[in-house]
Amino acid sequence: MDLNILWFILIAVLYVGFFFLEGFDFGVGMLLPFLGKNDNERRAIINTIGPHWDGNEVWLITAGGATFAAFPRWYATMFSGFYPALFLLLLALIIRGVSFEFRSKDTNPNWRSFWDWTAAVGSFLAAFLLGVAFANLAKGVPIDAKMRFTGTLWTLLNPYALIGGLSNTAGFLLIGAIFLSLKTSGPLAERAQSAARKLWIPAVVLILALLVTTYIYTDILAHLGVDPGVIPIASFAALLLTGYFIYRKQNGWAFGMMGAHLALTLISCFQIMFPRVMISSTDPAFSLTIYNASSSPYTLKVMSIVALIFVPVVLAYQIWTYWIFRKRISTKPKDLTY
Amino acid sequence: MLPVILSRLQFALTTVYHFFFVPLTLGLVWFVAILETMYVRTGDETYKRLTKFWGKLLLINFAMGVVTGIVMEFQFGMNWAGYANYVGDIFGAPLAIEALLAFFLESTFLGLWIFGWDKLSKKLHAAVIWLVAVGSSLSALWILIANAFMQHPVGYVLNNGRAEMVDFGALVFNPKAWIMFEHTLASGLTTAAFFILGVSAYHLVRKQDVEFYKRSFSLASIVGTIAIVLVIIGGHEQGLWLLKNQPMKAAATEALWETEDPASFSILTIGDLSGRREVWEIRVPRVLSFLYYNQFTGEVPGMDDLQEEYQMKYGPGDYVPLAVFTYWGFRFMVASGFAMLALAGYTLYYVMRNKVGPQIRWLGLFVFTIALPYIANTSGWVLTEMGRQPFIVYGLLKTEDAMSPGLTSGMILFSLIGFALVYAALMGADVYLLTKYAKAGPAAAETESAALE
Repeated sequence: MDLNILWFILIAVLYVGFFFLEGFDFGVGMLLPFLGKNDNERRAIINTIGPHWDGNEVWLITAGGATFAAFPRWYATMFSGFYPALFLLLLALIIRGVSFEFRSKDTNPNWRSFWDWTAAVGSFLAAFLLGVAFANLAKGVPIDAKMRFTGTLWTLLNPYALIGGLSNTAGFLLIGAIFLSLKTSGPLAERAQSAARKLWIPAVVLILALLVTTYIYTDILAHLGVDPGVIPIASFAALLLTGYFIYRKQNGWAFGMMGAHLALTLISCFQIMFPRVMISSTDPAFSLTIYNASSSPYTLKVMSIVALIFVPVVLAYQIWTYWIFRKRISTKPKDLTY
Repeated sequence: MLPVILSRLQFALTTVYHFFFVPLTLGLVWFVAILETMYVRTGDETYKRLTKFWGKLLLINFAMGVVTGIVMEFQFGMNWAGYANYVGDIFGAPLAIEALLAFFLESTFLGLWIFGWDKLSKKLHAAVIWLVAVGSSLSALWILIANAFMQHPVGYVLNNGRAEMVDFGALVFNPKAWIMFEHTLASGLTTAAFFILGVSAYHLVRKQDVEFYKRSFSLASIVGTIAIVLVIIGGHEQGLWLLKNQPMKAAATEALWETEDPASFSILTIGDLSGRREVWEIRVPRVLSFLYYNQFTGEVPGMDDLQEEYQMKYGPGDYVPLAVFTYWGFRFMVASGFAMLALAGYTLYYVMRNKVGPQIRWLGLFVFTIALPYIANTSGWVLTEMGRQPFIVYGLLKTEDAMSPGLTSGMILFSLIGFALVYAALMGADVYLLTKYAKAGPAAAETESAALE
C-alpha cells in the first residue's frame, strides 16, 4: 500500500472518529434546552459531555491539519471553495464551545438560558453544515482545470446536500438522545429514552432519502455498481438494529449500533470519493486525487512515522478518560459538585 | 477594499484576539501545576484552595483559546489557498503534529483535571495538570516552528512550482523557532505573573484573605522576575538575529532610513501620514550600534539602501514594511517590558525581606499593570508579522500572491464583520466572568456547585 492511500485512510479515520465522538455531543447540545426541564437537569446534561467535548473537537482540528500536511491542494481547494459554509461552521463551533463553559458561571437564569440556546443553535448549525459538506464531497462540486472551485454558496446548498445535512442532524440528535439515556438517571433518563424512540423514525426516513438520492446525484453506480458493497448495507442494518435495541431498552447496544451507523455512513462517503478527494462536476479529469493533490513522498514519509508513533498513544489516553468517567451522572445537586 | 487587505485585516483580528488568551493559559497552567504539587507534598489545604482558585481563572481563559484556535487553522486554507498550495508540503506538517502531539494532550487531560477531583488519586490528579502544562507548551513550540518557516524558510527545495520539504530536522531545529519559543514561553509566564500580582493586589489592598493572596503574590513575584529577565534576554537575541537575517525589519523597527555607522538609537520619531518619512525625531548617537555589536561602532543598514538591495535580489517592487507599525510596535513592547522588569524587581524586594502584605506601597497600582504584558504581547506580534511584509514567506512568496482565488471583497467583508461582532461579544462575556471570579475570591471557586469547569 502506498503512503497516499495510507493518508487517505488516516484522514478518513480522523473524520470518522470526529463524527462518532462529536456526533453524540452535538446531539446532546441540540437536546439541552428541550430535555433539561430545570437548572440541575441542564447542568447534568452538560456534565455528560463536559470532560470530553473539547478533546473530541481536536479530532476535527487534527483532521484539518492532516489534510493540510498530506494533501495540501485538497486543503487549499476545499477550504477556500467552501469559504462561506466554513465561516458559519466556525461561528457555530465557537458559540457552542463557549456556551458550555460560560453558562454555569453566573446564576442569573436569563444568562443561563441564553447560553443553553446558543449551545443548541451552534450544535445544530455545525451538525447540519458538516452533513452538507460531506454530501457535496460525495456529489462533486464545480472545479476547473487549475483545481479551483468555481461555484458559490448556493452551489453547495443543492437538494442532495440539504438532505445530507438534515440526515446528519437527525443522526446526531438520535445518538445524543441515546447517550443521555445511558449517562443520566431518573426522569431525565426516561425523557431521553422516549426522545430516542421518537427520533429514530425521522432518522430512518432521512437516511432512506439520502440513500435513494445518492444513486441519483453521485457517480456511485459507475464507481461502485448497483450493489455498493458491504459497508453501506451494514450501515443501514446498524440503524435498523438501533431501533430494535431502543425498543428493547438495551441502550448500550443501541448506542454502539448508532455509533457504527454514523461511522459506516461516513466511510461509505469516503468510498464513493476514493481515490478522488474532491470530485469535479465540471470535468472528471479535473478532479483532485490522492496523487495529484498530495504532498511530496518525503513529507508523507515523515508524517507517517509521526502518526504511527502518536496515534496509538492518543487513542490509549482518550479511551482511558472515557473509562474514568464511565458512571452515570445523577441530577442531585450534591453530586453535581466537583 | 482589496481582498488581500481585507484578508490581512481578518487574519490580524483573529490572530491578535486568539493571542490575547493564549499567553495567560501558557503561563498560568505552570503556576497551577506548581500550586497543586505543593498541595500534594505538604497536604496544606491553602494550596488546594489556591490551585482551585487560579485553576478556575485558567479554565475560563482556556475555552476562549480553544475555540478561537480552530479559526486559525482553517484560515490558511480559507483565505490563503495560494499560500497553502505553495508551502503546504512543509507548513502543514507542524500544524498536524501540533494537533496530534499537543492539542489532544492538553484538551483531554484538562477535561480529566476539571472533572476528576474525586475520581483520581491526589498524585495522579496533580500529574494530570503537569501533562496539560507540557501539552500547551508543546503546542506553542510547534506553531512557532511553523511561524519560523515563514520568517526564515529552511529545509526546502523549490520543485513543481512549490516549496517541498527535504530536511525535517532543519525545519524543527530552525534557530528562529527556538529563539521565539524561549521568548514566547517566558512572555506567557510573565503574563500569568502580572495577572496574579494584579488580582492578589486587589484583594490585599482590601485585606481580604491575606494569607491566601500573600502566597500567590510571592510566587508570582519570584517567577515573574525570572521570566521577565528571560523575556528581555530572548528579545535581545531576536534583535541580533534580525540584523543578520531580516535587516529590513530591523531597520523598520528603528525607522532608520539611511545606513549608519555608528548607528543612533531613536527615542522618538514622528513620521508623516504615509509613515514613510520622519518629520521630527530625537536620537541618541551610537546606542543602536552598541545594542547590536556590544561596542559603539558598527554598521546598521537603513531601509533606503535595503530597498535597492532587495530589488536586485527579488526583482522590482516595494520591500519597505509600514514602519509606523514596526516602529511603534517595538517601542510599546520594549517600554512595557522594562516597566515590568522594574515592577517585578520592586515586588521581589518585599518578598526577599518577607514583607509581602497590604502595607506594600503603591500596591493598588498592580491592578492596572495587568495590562502591560497584554500590550507587550500584542505589539510584539504586530512588529514580527508586519515587519515581514511584503513577504508571507520571507524572500520566497509575497502576501499578495498567496490569496485564495475566487474570494470576493464582499465575502471577506461579511466574515470579517461576523468575526468582529462575535469576538467583541465574547470578549465582553469573558472579561465580565474573569473580573467577577477574580473579585469574588477563593470562596466562590469552592462553594458554587458544579460551576468549576
